[in-house]
Amino acid sequence: MIDELTQTINIDQEKISLNWERGPMAMPTERLEELVAWGRASRTVGYVFRPSTVDDLRAVFGLAEASGRTVTFRAGGNSYGDAGANGENIILSVTRMNRILEWYPQTGRITVEPGVTLQQLWEYILGDGWWIPIATGTMKTTVGGCAAMNTHGKNGWQAGTFGDHVESFELLLPSGELITCDRQQNRDIFHAAIGGFGMLGCFTRLTMQMKRVYSGLIQVETYVTRNLAETMSYFEAHVAEYDYFVGWLDAMVRGRAVGRADIHKARHLAPGEDPMPAQTLRLENQRLPANVMGIIPNSLIWRFQRPFWNDFGMYFVNMAKYWAARWHNHNSYRQPHALFHFLLDYFDWDKPFGPGGLIQYQPFIPVANAEAAFGEIFRHCHKRGLPNYLSVLKRHRPDPFLISYGVDGYSMAMDFRITARNRPRVVQMTRELDEIVLKYGGRFYLAKDSTLRPAIAAAYLGDETIARFTALKQRLDPDCLLESNLWRRLFKDGGSG
Amino acid sequence: MNESSAQIERPLEPKKRAIIVGASAGIGAALLRVLVEDGYHAAAIARRQEALQELCTEINTRAARSQTGAGRAYPYPHDVSNSGEVPGLFQQIVHDLGGLDLIIYNAGVMPPVALNEYSFEKDASMVQVNLLGGIAWLNQAAERFERTGQGHIVGISSVAGDRGRIISPVYNSSKAGFTTYLEALRNRLTRHGVNVTTIKPGQVETAMLAHVKKRLWVITPEAAAADMLKAIKSKKQTVYVPRRWGPFMLIIRHIPSFIFRRLSI
Repeated sequence: MIDELTQTINIDQEKISLNWERGPMAMPTERLEELVAWGRASRTVGYVFRPSTVDDLRAVFGLAEASGRTVTFRAGGNSYGDAGANGENIILSVTRMNRILEWYPQTGRITVEPGVTLQQLWEYILGDGWWIPIATGTMKTTVGGCAAMNTHGKNGWQAGTFGDHVESFELLLPSGELITCDRQQNRDIFHAAIGGFGMLGCFTRLTMQMKRVYSGLIQVETYVTRNLAETMSYFEAHVAEYDYFVGWLDAMVRGRAVGRADIHKARHLAPGEDPMPAQTLRLENQRLPANVMGIIPNSLIWRFQRPFWNDFGMYFVNMAKYWAARWHNHNSYRQPHALFHFLLDYFDWDKPFGPGGLIQYQPFIPVANAEAAFGEIFRHCHKRGLPNYLSVLKRHRPDPFLISYGVDGYSMAMDFRITARNRPRVVQMTRELDEIVLKYGGRFYLAKDSTLRPAIAAAYLGDETIARFTALKQRLDPDCLLESNLWRRLFKDGGSG
Repeated sequence: MNESSAQIERPLEPKKRAIIVGASAGIGAALLRVLVEDGYHAAAIARRQEALQELCTEINTRAARSQTGAGRAYPYPHDVSNSGEVPGLFQQIVHDLGGLDLIIYNAGVMPPVALNEYSFEKDASMVQVNLLGGIAWLNQAAERFERTGQGHIVGISSVAGDRGRIISPVYNSSKAGFTTYLEALRNRLTRHGVNVTTIKPGQVETAMLAHVKKRLWVITPEAAAADMLKAIKSKKQTVYVPRRWGPFMLIIRHIPSFIFRRLSI
């Protein structure tokens, strides 16, 4: 059996069998790699395999079983925390399973392998007049990763989450069995594997419905609010009129102005509004700018940002952003889809934060409590001397998946800079913030989480949900072959860590 | 053995993990104690299983009582002269600990050798334990650390490696070899972000010193371990423990051979 395994995954057999007599088999050290979380606040070491076919995936499961190690899946590696980490164990990267298998331009239905990135996806379908239904802030995420973490975009209140647009998928179980799941067949697995952070099996093909567009451009309007209360009431009053709605809040300023925001609202163009859709839908017209002001290459921008990325500097950066936005208030313009959605791909957003990187803390709060909760959170951050450098407000709706974070309300994505010195203080503060979020009936999003504790996860998900998820995992993965750092941190042994 | 506590990793609260080879007595045991007190999850490796188990239990009970962010000691019986076992065991330990930040090679033997004795058996055992064992373990760590761009390798060599003396030719050469090996590792790995520290203790009050007649500046293992931890934390390259051995050995190293070979030191 070992012979077959090593042949299929192309490993030098001598290296593996080195220690076979002693019990668990030794892993090939050439597979050791350091894996860095998006934001660079944490890193782990693991044995990385990059299979390209389902048979090779099975072989890696076999290797895991023989070596007594666990497996987690990793795709784009864009989670902020430890969802794609499995320290000292096996990381199964699906990045090479990146083929587009079927595409029907008439209906907008597409079937892809899990490693297909959102970039591959939109670049492929846009010419036919389709766009991705849910776009993350970077296009480097993958379909498999987005489904496993059930990501969202700036259109959450009307389009839901990524999983809402998945029609069916095939899931490879650790036993090697392939099962098909959709909203009729294996309904429970369908709703648990989406958002199930890879703990039930590996997506091997996913079928999704894309969104029809009639132009390569999107109509964007801006609006500036003067404080948190105005921001929240403006959102609530106008969000239904648009397709996308997002607010960049200034949380560095103290006092009454905290929460003043630069709001971007956007809507897709109706048929006929764009006189030449064939031209605007061309990829050449969707390229992100390569330079700022035509001279500074985007890859160097972080060096200019770096001196300002501290508590003192960010106060002025946020202020400048606010006043610049006020200068252009009520602006209305048309922008290519890619430029509107993928802000994270303009520059290296993590580099200005320095060697310690950043984490994001993103609570989801029901409408009724959102203003009170965010106000309290901002005040608490200032009290602890750890203000967040960038706050992004989005509107959401509840989602139907088992490990769910959706609420009929708002999320605030907050960037916190991490340094070797402030790390313990950030950890302590997030624990206090967790209590505030729970008090207001809030929830958390695992793709962005680095700090939750088992008790908090149990509190917002409910013991029953966790029990259902673990029971399902027990059924699909009885030997507990699938584990990640995230799983061990929050849910293993019923979360008694 | 409760490894799961070491394996749960919180992204912003990284644990410190160490391996100490030669940890059951003397300097190794004292080092294990200070590392665990300092918060390390440390795998202790030694030949004598009972002594090792007893030491770890004692350290862990004390650590559990202190409750101030102390780590834990995990015993792994192993004979360093059995170098074929090292790659598998190294992987196993790193897996159990959930990572590795620091490795200390402290194993060493110095059987009493008479002035006119040329026993190959004794000499080979010194080369095996003091040098080859170190190479077997530190090579594993070096490969891993080079790939991952972090880590700290510490070798407990000896002032004895600085000159060849009449009373211990092979002990001197095994330590000289180890010192040079560590220097070479440092030159290879510094560019990859890995620290390599060579520690050269003088005479330390351990079982090894029992049959040594000439004594100078003898310190306790605990005092030695405290100095060593300081050196490790400040990522020194080469340190003498205690420090006064530094200038002393500088002089010794420069005594010309025509004088040195007539001396009885």
